[in-house]
Amino acid sequence: MSDAPLLEVRDLRTWFELRQWGFLRVGSVRAVDGVSFELARGEAVAFVGESGCGKSSLARTLLGLHRPSGGEVVFEGQDVAGLAGAALKRYRARVGYVQQDPYGALPPFMNVRRLLAEPLIVHGVMDRAERERRIRAVLEEVRLAPEEVLHKFPHMLSGGQQQRVVIARALILAPHLIIADEPVSMLDASVRVEILSLLRQIQRERELTLAFITHDLATVRHFAERLFVMYAGRIVEQAPVDELLDHPLHPYTQALLAAIADPDADNASRQREIPPGEPPSLVKPPAGCRFHPRCPHAIAGHCDRDEPPMLAPRPGHGVACWLHE
Amino acid sequence: MDVPPLLEVADLRLTYRTSRGPVRAVDGVGFDLRRGEAMVVLGESGCGKSSLAKALLRLLPRNAEGLGGQVRLAGEDVLALPEERFRAEVRWTRIALVMQAAMSALNPVVRVGEQVAEPLRVHRGWSRVQAMEQAARTFALVGVASDFLQRYPFELSGGMRQRVVLAMALVTEPEVVILDEPTSALDVLTQAGIMNVLKRIKAELGTSFILITHDVATSSELADRVALMYAGQFVEVADAADFFAHPAHPYARLLMASVPRLHQAERPVHIPGQPPSLLAPPAGCRFAARCPQRFARCDQDPEVFASGARHRVRCWLHADTVGCGEERTASRTLRPGGEGR
Repeated sequence: MSDAPLLEVRDLRTWFELRQWGFLRVGSVRAVDGVSFELARGEAVAFVGESGCGKSSLARTLLGLHRPSGGEVVFEGQDVAGLAGAALKRYRARVGYVQQDPYGALPPFMNVRRLLAEPLIVHGVMDRAERERRIRAVLEEVRLAPEEVLHKFPHMLSGGQQQRVVIARALILAPHLIIADEPVSMLDASVRVEILSLLRQIQRERELTLAFITHDLATVRHFAERLFVMYAGRIVEQAPVDELLDHPLHPYTQALLAAIADPDADNASRQREIPPGEPPSLVKPPAGCRFHPRCPHAIAGHCDRDEPPMLAPRPGHGVACWLHE
Repeated sequence: MDVPPLLEVADLRLTYRTSRGPVRAVDGVGFDLRRGEAMVVLGESGCGKSSLAKALLRLLPRNAEGLGGQVRLAGEDVLALPEERFRAEVRWTRIALVMQAAMSALNPVVRVGEQVAEPLRVHRGWSRVQAMEQAARTFALVGVASDFLQRYPFELSGGMRQRVVLAMALVTEPEVVILDEPTSALDVLTQAGIMNVLKRIKAELGTSFILITHDVATSSELADRVALMYAGQFVEVADAADFFAHPAHPYARLLMASVPRLHQAERPVHIPGQPPSLLAPPAGCRFAARCPQRFARCDQDPEVFASGARHRVRCWLHADTVGCGEERTASRTLRPGGEGR
């Protein structure tokens, strides 16, 4: 059982129906469109992509907040797609969620004690002393002093402290998987590293699986072991971090890496190469490879017709691009 | 040194009145900016960098008080001008601002072309036709097709909107453009596109830029000069090449070490502690509480020391380095995260 992946996702699709005047179906937004991957127990991965690439829809589908339109999500051997009622509740206790905006994620009228007691109450921990013990333990785990914060309301905490409370709340039901959707994009640069290090440390100690959803390659590079690059609702490249950064194979990944600056005074005198155009509409994605209209290496008659499968030109490195056939 | 600076700011101060007492958001800031130069103001949120932009443009919220100091634009103290003359002669015609949130900076029910042309009609009294022609030229400059003039903001993508907001600031051909976090809400590729536009405009038009940001990597895309702001004060002002390679202030060094880099195996290190409250900033050096190199003298407010031709550091460690680089080389080897002497 321990060798089996924690999570298997096969050909997952999350489409949102578009309607006109409330009843005419005029198409679908294909936010997640044929995504497959596996997550092992105890690994830290990151899904990287620009806004609108479907990474947050993927996260929300995995959390059971959107019902998939097709495909399978198998978590610990159980298909999650059809879950409802008590079974769905049990699943949600196994998957923790760290939201992007800590202030928005914390109800302003609850103090920290109440905030952290809530999931325990919902999931049937009725003994008050037991709840208090678990709340204090999890606060210490996220490096907050319980005496100092328990009675405070979210607005009395700094951004970094708020995000620690969000992490504590995600951890309190002892999940096996944590999904962190842009966990630090609202925080100051100097706090970001601290929060990400904390998440990574907890992930190691608890042997959790941690999935970051982010647009920030430079930061997440230091906190994940494997990367998935998403574009227009699909995974276009996947590989261990160093492999992906040293040998990016997909033209989109290459463009992304070329656009990221490390601080250097020479940057100011250089124009950066960026692909023309913008990501396609997810209502009518282009035929063939979705990146082909912007791709400098597109093969006419091939890339604009046939959708590339996930190829493996290097061991452990998958890329959906015909150039590597 | 014979190039006369375009903008000279000395001892700029801005205080906000709040229910808990005065907040000194900008506290004695000074710098100079040459024509065609881009200065980046780097700082964490709450350090006063956006207030600095507001103070320079005199766009003050109602609870602002105590705007003081000098802002000389081509020799004339514009801070001393009466508000009416400042509005007519300086704001937007000579100093313009690009706001952070492009969507909320645009009026959703007015076509973007009209919005971009508006400053010319208001500040310069141009006719509609004339102004629209200039707007079309500015659109071309920032890389937006001229048929976009007729569109509404919601019809544009985030990157296009940000370019339109940029066009709005450039349309009057100002001498100084202040950019307040112009790309922080944008995607990596869109952001790189905007930075490309800014670099081109700087080279072609010789516009001076003040770029306000918290993002060190992005700042290096445009910077000739870097000003590092902490708790309402500039703690270091230097040429970009100098700053990125050899930051002098302990805060600058820690900040550079906290930047995640794509091409570096070491994990970035965070800066322990938090910036002080501007309601009651600590006596002495404001960074002292977080500084690994703190010593007795830090209890006194540090002076600003010269550490090179146009390099200023507000730190006692640099007290004896005036005019020579020797001491600086020694202190440069200090790395954050431990072996600070």
